Amino acid sequence: MTLKQVVVISGKGGTGKTVVTGALAALAKNKIMVDCDVDAADLHLLLQPVIKESHEFKSGKTAVIDKKLCTECGKCISACRFNAIKPDFVVESFSCEGCSFCTRICPAEAIRMQENIAGEWFVSDTRYGTLVHAKLGIAEENSGKLVAKIRQVAKEQATAQKADYIIIDGPPGIGCPVISSLTGVDLAVIVTEPTLSGLHDAQRVIETASHFKVAVMLVVNKYDLNSEMTLNIEVFCKEQGIPLIGRIPFDKEIVNSMVAGKTIIEYVKGKTKEELVSIWEQIKQ
Amino acid sequence: MIISVASGKGGTGKTTIAVNLALSLENVQLLDCDVEEPNAHFFIEPVIEKTEKSCILIPEIDEFKCNYCGKCREVCEYNALLAIKTGEKTGTIMIFPNLCHGCGACSYFCPEKAIKEVRKEIGVVESGYKDNLSFVQGTLNIGEAMSPPLIRDVKRNIYLKRTVIIDAPPGTSCPVITAVKDSDYCILVTEPTPFGLNDLELAVQVLEKLKTPHGVVINKADLGDDNVEKYCKGKHIPILMKIPFDREMALLYSKGIPLVKEKKEYIQKFRDMFGEILSRLK
Repeated sequence: MTLKQVVVISGKGGTGKTVVTGALAALAKNKIMVDCDVDAADLHLLLQPVIKESHEFKSGKTAVIDKKLCTECGKCISACRFNAIKPDFVVESFSCEGCSFCTRICPAEAIRMQENIAGEWFVSDTRYGTLVHAKLGIAEENSGKLVAKIRQVAKEQATAQKADYIIIDGPPGIGCPVISSLTGVDLAVIVTEPTLSGLHDAQRVIETASHFKVAVMLVVNKYDLNSEMTLNIEVFCKEQGIPLIGRIPFDKEIVNSMVAGKTIIEYVKGKTKEELVSIWEQIKQ
Repeated sequence: MIISVASGKGGTGKTTIAVNLALSLENVQLLDCDVEEPNAHFFIEPVIEKTEKSCILIPEIDEFKCNYCGKCREVCEYNALLAIKTGEKTGTIMIFPNLCHGCGACSYFCPEKAIKEVRKEIGVVESGYKDNLSFVQGTLNIGEAMSPPLIRDVKRNIYLKRTVIIDAPPGTSCPVITAVKDSDYCILVTEPTPFGLNDLELAVQVLEKLKTPHGVVINKADLGDDNVEKYCKGKHIPILMKIPFDREMALLYSKGIPLVKEKKEYIQKFRDMFGEILSRLK
């Protein structure tokens, strides 16, 4: 079969993306996993990777002012649109977007651009196969580019291993790292919860997926916390023609499985586990 | 003063804390800076008085003046412009607005003065009120990648004669930093699970880098384990409040009903937390 890429996203944070991804990792055969939530990666806590390769991720630049050459003329301060140069002519590195305008405009040639090490990425072994994951440096930007990088590595790994699936744990939101996680995938599984915020955020991420022409399926997590809202979500899915492929109950055992560093499939018994098995069966088709 | 509410991990209860703190105090301005997924309005139901477009500046080429010299491409660090010269005065030039950060270098350095900057909408900023609460929120347009310029536009509405409360987005990268930067204090909301702890540690590192004083609220405090508390004790980070998991509270949240409307005892708890933050800032 041809390689299929499945991403798990949600719009709203904390709806259970990583827990669902972990379960899919346990259920799918012949696959590799990618954690694209590079801001706050958690999948490794369930999969306990043994790192085989680690690489620096260089991306973007930051301005550095040489105080000895600086004449404090102020041209850089007025040129910078990101307010990154403070009145004492020091660059606030987390505000600098690396545009180099200041370097080019400085009459004293006192500003140089320094390449950033924006993070690290890893190829690891886990009990379920290869995991490609990353760690964005603290207060760094370019998370979208780091996501693009690890997805490219994952694709190379998947091709080399003749894998059938790439299972992607996505970030929350609808912005740059989400767009990077979505582009070119075969299916987005949207995990939501039966709350006003959950539905609203799912709608926004569904629109984002359609904008990039990616097919979607929906899972409602903790569906029994508000059955009425779950019904609203079901109606919404019917109207939009979106397959609703699972309803996961609120189950304290899921929290316990997380504490134990296990996936639902390994740790949780009964209805919750059966539901995840059924979700994977529907994704596979 | 400005208090921001952030978390690292999503879905830990940032909006719950920001909204209920805002509703428990007097003379507050609440800013929803989670512009990718703004949710505070569900709980506040504000009257919106003003809607403004949020725009970034992108280049527009005057092809009559352009001689395709390629200077713009050379100064653009984001590869947002492509210029190919095919003859003395002929060529092709292309702009990729989604890659543009709006730094303004291309128009400044164009020798022919052929580039002018035009506004491209990335979202909207809405402001209004509910009773005595002043409210501002940003909403990013679908398909837009960059939220920081919109977050900066939301924050331009900050009115410091009020206590300003900022509901920040999840994560640890640029949108969070843009939202939290310049706060006097940051409340980090977490849950007592390995995911919560892992992301809390990342968020704390961000705040240490920003030099922003911070404390922690543990939500769903009776689930999971006690490693978050141990971590906070070890780092001398104050635990400002603990909220147990409660199905009734989850139900209120799901319907968009603020906790302090139905469970009045929480008003005092939020006021006490604010008092503790003030005393820690002295």
